[in-house]
Amino acid sequence: MSFDLNFIGILIGAIMASSVPLILAASGELITERSGVLNLGVEGMMIIGAISGFALMVVTDNLFFAVVGSMLSGLILSFIFGLLTQSLLTNHVATGLALTIFGIGMSAMIGKNFVGIPGKEFPLLFLDLKESIPFLGPIFFGHSIILYFAFGLPFLTNYFLKKTKTGLIIRAVGDSPTSASNQGINVTLVRYSCILYGGAMCGLAGAYLSLIYTPQWIENMTGGRGWIALALVVFATWSPIKVLIGALIFGGITILQLHMQAVGLRIPVQLLSALPYIMTIIVLVVISRDSRKIKLNTPTSLGQIFYKEK
Amino acid sequence: MEVQLIKIEKRNDVSRSIYFLTPVLAIFLTLFGGGIIFYILGFNPIEALKFFFITPISDLYGLSELLVKATPLCLIAIGLSFCFKSNNWNIGAEGQLIFGGIVGGGVALLFYNHDGFYVLPIIILSGAIGGMLFAMIPAILKTYFNTNEILVSLMLVYVAKLLLDYLVVGPWSNPEGFNFPETRQFSESARMPILFGGLRIHAGIFITLITVFLSWLILYKTYLGFQIKVSGLSLKTAKYAGYKGKTMIIIVFMISGACAGLAGVGEITGPIGQLHRNISPDYGFTAIIVAFLGRLNPVGIIFASLIVALTYLGAETAQIFLQVPKYTGQVFQGMILFFLLGSDYLLFFKIKFLGLKKNEL
Repeated sequence: MSFDLNFIGILIGAIMASSVPLILAASGELITERSGVLNLGVEGMMIIGAISGFALMVVTDNLFFAVVGSMLSGLILSFIFGLLTQSLLTNHVATGLALTIFGIGMSAMIGKNFVGIPGKEFPLLFLDLKESIPFLGPIFFGHSIILYFAFGLPFLTNYFLKKTKTGLIIRAVGDSPTSASNQGINVTLVRYSCILYGGAMCGLAGAYLSLIYTPQWIENMTGGRGWIALALVVFATWSPIKVLIGALIFGGITILQLHMQAVGLRIPVQLLSALPYIMTIIVLVVISRDSRKIKLNTPTSLGQIFYKEK
Repeated sequence: MEVQLIKIEKRNDVSRSIYFLTPVLAIFLTLFGGGIIFYILGFNPIEALKFFFITPISDLYGLSELLVKATPLCLIAIGLSFCFKSNNWNIGAEGQLIFGGIVGGGVALLFYNHDGFYVLPIIILSGAIGGMLFAMIPAILKTYFNTNEILVSLMLVYVAKLLLDYLVVGPWSNPEGFNFPETRQFSESARMPILFGGLRIHAGIFITLITVFLSWLILYKTYLGFQIKVSGLSLKTAKYAGYKGKTMIIIVFMISGACAGLAGVGEITGPIGQLHRNISPDYGFTAIIVAFLGRLNPVGIIFASLIVALTYLGAETAQIFLQVPKYTGQVFQGMILFFLLGSDYLLFFKIKFLGLKKNEL
């Protein structure tokens, strides 16, 4: 019995690991969207983060530089988005799409020389505790520091948005940029900051994939996770804690379908692989049905262009 | 003393000439940006750009290839322009293309040992219907369940890709194909007629041209086109005028889905001739750029599709001569859209260079 319990513990640990990139990217995008900016470039920023992290790891042989570099690269890409949407007042949807297309192309261009290189082992914390405590050990211990950070992030984000002055300013900017501007808040600056923060988190999410989750570089390795992260923000109705719950559900589906493939059930592999995407659609439908609930939580100015007459 | 060199003023009305000139500006800026990227990668920028944009179309075969690539791009972009004009963000055209290809390909496989003039029209029609039905999923979910069409249409791309993978590996794989992930070759009468011997350009180009003409007719000469444009400009006005918003959302999605489905069927019955895993090099996504670059205008889209098709060919040539990955094409496509959107700023704002006057110094 204790063996079975331990197996379930390992399974839960795996689910947690697979939800990390979703938590990071969705938490970052949540802050961006709370300030009224819809950045559809999550997938592009994640994949750029993945290749920059991996490339820096290979070149510098230093994981710290790799992680910081991946965040910087996500930030740089999101700066392009900020420049276009905030300073040149472009359409958020189209600009975000351009960012994703550009990011995927750029990542493959940079990654050309890094295909097939094995990754480096990322240090995991409390490995001895993981082995010695059954069931709870594999759940709570033996993870990378980024996982612990990711699981704390939604709570930090929640506190930040609800209890701090900066959080209040961000929400004010997202809900009514004109009134916020009249109160003397620099809307453009706030939005720039939120965009850059979102970009850095997406970069980190990508680095988690290429450095820890599947430590190697594969073209297109984000495989739509960026889009699922975007869906998660809607699913969570812009609440950070619900992002965590949603990410765990999707992590669960991913791990479940992998295990079902491994067990060799007579269900086509492709159907199982399609499950996370189909589930996303179903969940979106269920959440969005109640339009009042969505409207209540959506940042009122989401995706709208703000221009202050000088 | 602070001296203002540049003054930015809001324009009162959008200038028509600038509206169609900014895409040209965007293309030049992209060439410039591309040159810089090639320089960073260690190539002579002029040489590299020549390989990218001139070498591929310097012979008849190259020109034919350009049209082969522009045919689906233009078709999909035309369909998308209906959606984008009315503020419906269908970004899953790639999935609709694949699903159209699956349905059309399935019919083609049914007729694999039939001959007759009726085979190809049936395949084409079923492909269009397939794409149309697939596009109706996000449309219906949007209208009746308030679901975000961007995310749903995109998720369906992955579903369509996996479905195609399942079919060509499993039930539809060629029984004499040694387990390769591909179907039988379609019969001769299921293939698009080739226009010139030795070149790949096929009759699909006529489908595209007819669609361009029809959409011009619908968009500019019918009440439906007027409704689409009004709802794009102001949803409130459209509601006030009593337009049936829900029906219109479904109609624009059906049109764009049918176009993407036609493009898919054009690919499999044209250059490919069977179903396999990669029936489209992301035409459905690239067509989004084509639609914007062409200013959602049928004639503009024709030109835009030729330019963007060139980035596909250029990437292939550059892959051979410069050993850069074929994804370089996507970098250029992303840049075109960046610069295009950015230069739209000039539509709404005037930039005045004031210069320094002597008495100010």
